[in-house]
Amino acid sequence: MNEKKIIAEPYDVERAIPETESEFRTQDMLLNVGPSHPAMHGIIRIATRLQGELVVDSEVEIGYLHRAFEKSCEASTWNQSLIYTDRLNYVSPCINNVGYCMAVEKLLGLELPMRGQYLRTMLCEISRLADHLTCVGAAAMELGAFTVFLYMMIGREYYYELIEDYCGARVTTNCSRVGGMPHDLPDGWLDKITWTLAETRRILKECDTLLTYNRIFVERTQGVGVIKPDRALAWGFTGPCLRSTGVGYDVRKDYPYLIYHQLDWTVPVGHNGDNFDRYLVRMEEMEQSCRILEQCITKIPDGPVSCDDKRVVLPSKKDTYGNIEGLMNHFKLIMDGHGIRVPQGEVYFAVEAGNGELGYYVVSQPGENSTDGCNDRPWRVRCRPPCLNFVAALPEMINGFMLADIIPTFGSVNMIGGELDR
Amino acid sequence: MAIEKRYPEAIFDWHADHGDRTLVIDGDRLLDIARLLKEEMGYNVLVDLTAVDYLPRKPRFEIVYHFMNLETKARLRLRAQSDDEHPLVPSLTPLWPIADWYEREVWDLFGVKFDGHPNLKRIMLYEEFKGHPLRKDYSKTKRQPLVGPQN
Amino acid sequence: MEPNGHRQDIAAVLKGQVMTTRFDKLLGWGRKYSMFVYPFVTACCGMEYMSVSASHYDLDRFGAAFPRFSPRQSDVLWVVGTISHKLAPLLLNVYEQMTEPKWVVSFGACASCGGPYDNYATVQGIDTILPVDIYIAGCPPRPEAVLDGVLKLQDLIQKSKQPWK
Repeated sequence: MNEKKIIAEPYDVERAIPETESEFRTQDMLLNVGPSHPAMHGIIRIATRLQGELVVDSEVEIGYLHRAFEKSCEASTWNQSLIYTDRLNYVSPCINNVGYCMAVEKLLGLELPMRGQYLRTMLCEISRLADHLTCVGAAAMELGAFTVFLYMMIGREYYYELIEDYCGARVTTNCSRVGGMPHDLPDGWLDKITWTLAETRRILKECDTLLTYNRIFVERTQGVGVIKPDRALAWGFTGPCLRSTGVGYDVRKDYPYLIYHQLDWTVPVGHNGDNFDRYLVRMEEMEQSCRILEQCITKIPDGPVSCDDKRVVLPSKKDTYGNIEGLMNHFKLIMDGHGIRVPQGEVYFAVEAGNGELGYYVVSQPGENSTDGCNDRPWRVRCRPPCLNFVAALPEMINGFMLADIIPTFGSVNMIGGELDR
Repeated sequence: MAIEKRYPEAIFDWHADHGDRTLVIDGDRLLDIARLLKEEMGYNVLVDLTAVDYLPRKPRFEIVYHFMNLETKARLRLRAQSDDEHPLVPSLTPLWPIADWYEREVWDLFGVKFDGHPNLKRIMLYEEFKGHPLRKDYSKTKRQPLVGPQN
Repeated sequence: MEPNGHRQDIAAVLKGQVMTTRFDKLLGWGRKYSMFVYPFVTACCGMEYMSVSASHYDLDRFGAAFPRFSPRQSDVLWVVGTISHKLAPLLLNVYEQMTEPKWVVSFGACASCGGPYDNYATVQGIDTILPVDIYIAGCPPRPEAVLDGVLKLQDLIQKSKQPWK
């Protein structure tokens, strides 16, 4: 099986070095980009020191969207925390849901039945497609390619409709539960996915025609925002940004979870670590996601979607309203102070989110009044946000380039405020 | 493992629950152990750095590091203990540049100081904020607004 | 010519081509179809804001899609998403730079009341720091809800007293 595929051509870059001995000496200028800036889709401040139009030095300030995700989780029960994970990476919320649920399931020692795992994989890939469509569309819009943005938003709309068919919400999906899925997939959903994939491929082909050989786009992205693989690893890069440098690390391949190891797909890697390679990697990943979805549609088995563990999974509504055992089971799982009892322990579980490795470090610790050594609330939920690394490394990627190059670089690292600041 | 041979006195405990290999170590020897991990054992990626506040317990704070070896795909978790009201552990910024932001975040939210950090200031919150919100004794709804009414 | 007959002539000539209205009303009619929007987009609601302003839901139909990223050129401030205490002074700064007449739309649960974030970091509704005209509920609101909010805002602009002197 061809696991990794290099999709980019090598390209030589020379970073501009500020001319201190030039005849035309300019005074350094300090310029704030952000926090509320048209090309900063997200609230972030980049303080730059400019020499002419050259960025000599820069500093990034984050934290404008700090909404206390971790503190809120500590005050909620295990399943209640799930709604906060939606709002971490709000472009691909299903992946966050699944990652958190699988972390808690790892702590509980549960594994989903096959149909549930297939369903999760499909939701994850749908989310990834929506994420990449948004990222590439927004980045292209900031370079003036507004048509691409509109086309990609239409594509994303189809995926929002799919997610809505499954769980009723468009953006904040809350589409998974600890120990299972809320319900089976709706009628006709698989056919709708098939249709959507065909539409997506059409949109991707159109956008590929509009961008990949577009001289403006290529000249503004190629050789800009470059990072070398060793530096990328030192900064802890993961996801498309790392793969664009030529390192083929993908959590789905290297630490397989769900059913990714049973499917046939490749990891696209770039060569130069610049904005253009990041764009190419994202475009190819969307194609790979389409392939994964196609295989899931043909292979998905019948059966239950949730575990058969009454201590974790809510009974069906029919049981809750129909018999006393179901009602008591529901009561025990819902009432304050009962809930899912998670034994003491700690786990780290990583999934491949749209931006890279999204890890959850979950700690359960018995509370003061606990008699069974368990707790119905997480003691600590730490989310390892993939895009914090990119934003931390942003000065390294923009220093030595022009002021206008900040825009494509910032667009292609796909900063998501929710998971960056949590 | 090489760490146990080299620094037997620095390791308090170890386990591999749920398949995650974990070492509980003395915070003072952290930098030596991290250097050993990076330079000799091939753990070249600092995946995550965070802290946990186990309030009534002593030692109270644990700074948790996740490392990854990209070649062998091995992962390792270090838990460095620090028990003071004003905890202090050595900074990993000389080894990994990303430790800079992670450590600033831990300082901001937990009040753990990092010895040798070049720029230890708040990252998520603002300079006027008093206290460290992720400590267990900080009330979840204690707001310190810059504009607008209190709570 | 008799004055009376003259008046009748004009009425006959202009029939079906002229309508009379109050100046206030005319100004309101103009204003409501040329809202210049300042999107103060911070969080998840931005995704729905993108959906609404893209071609699928097409906010442009209501004359409200053209974002001006300078507060001095805009007259409707859309606060889209969570406002943290770190961000609140900046929001206030943007609001104060806008020229009168100005309106504020609070987009989504977080901007309206803090949403699910009842904690140390989040402003519990932007109406604690600035006046709000329209609240759009939802977390995030569906595009249909946003369009409804826009229509309500247009109503409000039409009906309000127009400061034009």
